[in-house]
Amino acid sequence: MIDTLELTAIPPEDEALRADVRAFLADTLDGLEPDERARSWMGFDAAFSRQLAERGWLGLTLPREHGGAARGHFARFVLSEELLGAGAPVSAHWIADRQSAPLILKYGTPAQRAFYLPRICRADAFFCIGMSEPGSGSDLASIRSRATQVAGGWRLNGSKVWTTNAHRSHYMIALVRTSGTAEDRHQGLSQLIVDLSLPGVSIRPIQDLTGDSHFSEVFFDNVEVAEDALIGAEGAGWAQVNAELAFERSGPERLYSSIALLECWLTHCRSESDDASNRAVLGSILSQMAVLRAMSLAVAGKLAAGGSPATEAALVKDLGTELEQALPRLIGDALGRRPDVPPPLPLLRTLAYLEQVGPTFSLRGGTREILRGIIARGLGLR
Amino acid sequence: MDQIFADAAERLFAQTCTPQLIRDAEQSHAPLAAWQACEDAGFADALVPESDAGAGLTLADTLPVVLAAGRHLCPYPIAHTLLARAWLNRARRPQTTGSIALAPVGLTIQNQRITGVNVPWVRVADYVLAQIAGQAWLLPTQAACIQPNGVHGSLDGEASWALADAECISLSTPLDALAAAAYAGLIAGAMDRVLAMTLDYANQRVQFGKPIGRFQAVQQQISVMAEHVWAARMAAQLAFQGRDGQPQPQLAALGKARASQAAPLVADIAHAVHGAIGVTEEYDLQLYTRRLREWRLAGGSESYWHERIGAHALASGTDALGYLRCALYSKESG
Repeated sequence: MIDTLELTAIPPEDEALRADVRAFLADTLDGLEPDERARSWMGFDAAFSRQLAERGWLGLTLPREHGGAARGHFARFVLSEELLGAGAPVSAHWIADRQSAPLILKYGTPAQRAFYLPRICRADAFFCIGMSEPGSGSDLASIRSRATQVAGGWRLNGSKVWTTNAHRSHYMIALVRTSGTAEDRHQGLSQLIVDLSLPGVSIRPIQDLTGDSHFSEVFFDNVEVAEDALIGAEGAGWAQVNAELAFERSGPERLYSSIALLECWLTHCRSESDDASNRAVLGSILSQMAVLRAMSLAVAGKLAAGGSPATEAALVKDLGTELEQALPRLIGDALGRRPDVPPPLPLLRTLAYLEQVGPTFSLRGGTREILRGIIARGLGLR
Repeated sequence: MDQIFADAAERLFAQTCTPQLIRDAEQSHAPLAAWQACEDAGFADALVPESDAGAGLTLADTLPVVLAAGRHLCPYPIAHTLLARAWLNRARRPQTTGSIALAPVGLTIQNQRITGVNVPWVRVADYVLAQIAGQAWLLPTQAACIQPNGVHGSLDGEASWALADAECISLSTPLDALAAAAYAGLIAGAMDRVLAMTLDYANQRVQFGKPIGRFQAVQQQISVMAEHVWAARMAAQLAFQGRDGQPQPQLAALGKARASQAAPLVADIAHAVHGAIGVTEEYDLQLYTRRLREWRLAGGSESYWHERIGAHALASGTDALGYLRCALYSKESG
């Protein structure tokens, strides 16, 4: 059975970080349009990431010897919540900070840690995650990209797709087959850190339905990577990836993808005449979000206590993305109830963007069906 | 302290609130012995200060008692009683025996009589603590004319009192947050049991040569159910945050809203998984799902509370994130 999620408060010393972050964001993001804010963790701005790094806000949970701030998960929760709540363009460093750095810290060799972690903390190394391939989405066992051991390292062939920011990143942590075949399922998969500037790597951005190009296709044509590109143990890639996913699935980014729209609409409601229907929709959104935030904090508490709450994280992510996706639908309906009163254009643009991109919220980081399968396993049904 | 209390409550309700007792209560046999055992165990005074012979627990400490009451579908209003006794104690009108149902809305005074068409728990409670036009009234059910409300198995009913039998108590704080918190906890507890029953059934019932819980289509439905059960439990935890035995009004509101929202969804998936057996009188599931549907509306459905939360958020002047972090908890934003 799944453990109870206990109501968990952010410790005061971590809550104290908030005021500084707020003040910095209010200054730095002044004038940013709401539809740009809605892009937040898809919004790429290397200069902004460097500004955060200068303040010591990248690698917050990493040890000081590697350039981090040695803070806990709650400090990171506060920082993430403020960044996303303000719609800051955090995508340049997001994956390196959230996933790659903890992975390297946990599984990397001393040399790998010494090389990559300080660069991540300085916003000098941006990462992407190479999991999906043509033909391999949720079924990562069918991965066909292959690294074969050669003198002095590995020779990599294959391709990756839907890789967020590959065309703007320095490194990819790629999940590739190093032994066996697809019949061996999750055996024989390994994680390699691939320098994307190496000969044989080609990257093509993919334009999406909003006109943005956040993800891309990546091709490996006899790419020679060094021996120390392997992270962790050969063949243990699947287990490593799963440990990584608990961090990815329960964070505030699974609750706040549509919050720029909510903030914008809340302001709009205050300028409108009093409307019972708007009040009910607003209350519905806020009460669901408040409960989700409490659940997300409870998962952060379990992570902070050294647990690996994979089932709980899946549960929070599925409910969270459901609300993120419901928000544009509910607010769109509320605005459309008065076709005679057109909404302000910035609000309309924000709504349109999130309506278009919303269906992806339940795809990234594990599809709804996969997550519900994980929950079913946690409940003892599988 | 709270764990000892929680374990004791779980044991007591499991022993005394059997499915047979629940069925009997629905058939107008008041669960007197079960209530007396609860009274003797001291749960009703859990929130009353120790200086007044109570257990002096915090509101959060008593949530496990309320969850256990919901889990065993306790057929008397223990959740309401413990909140009502704390409230009465603060209003300097201690009430030391008898169960107390809360009726924050739905009763009116006309022609020297107090009446309500659907008074909560009135068929099994000793008292109703009602809020009518800005005043609180303590109404002994012994003195009431009670009629069934016509809903099969309901413990609520139509009731009226002569005004002379009612005691007016000055209203220090409204009763609606107390009822909201109580129902949030009861709903979360009952859902716990409904999920457990559904998992058991899915693991036992075999079709096409394997337990139905092995089918992905069934797994996916039960996973959704579990998400809402967990959300309702967290909502109940939020509703039971407060000081001096009094829920914090906005948190009680959102707790009831979220639990109410989950109730029909959880009940419906439970029945979908159980198939036709789930709606039969002899199978216990229906005891729970009927109650979940009643409790969803009791003291205001999700839309009622959503509108109150929305109005509060609009008036707060803060942004959405600030509201979630601070205003809901009555804290200054920073």
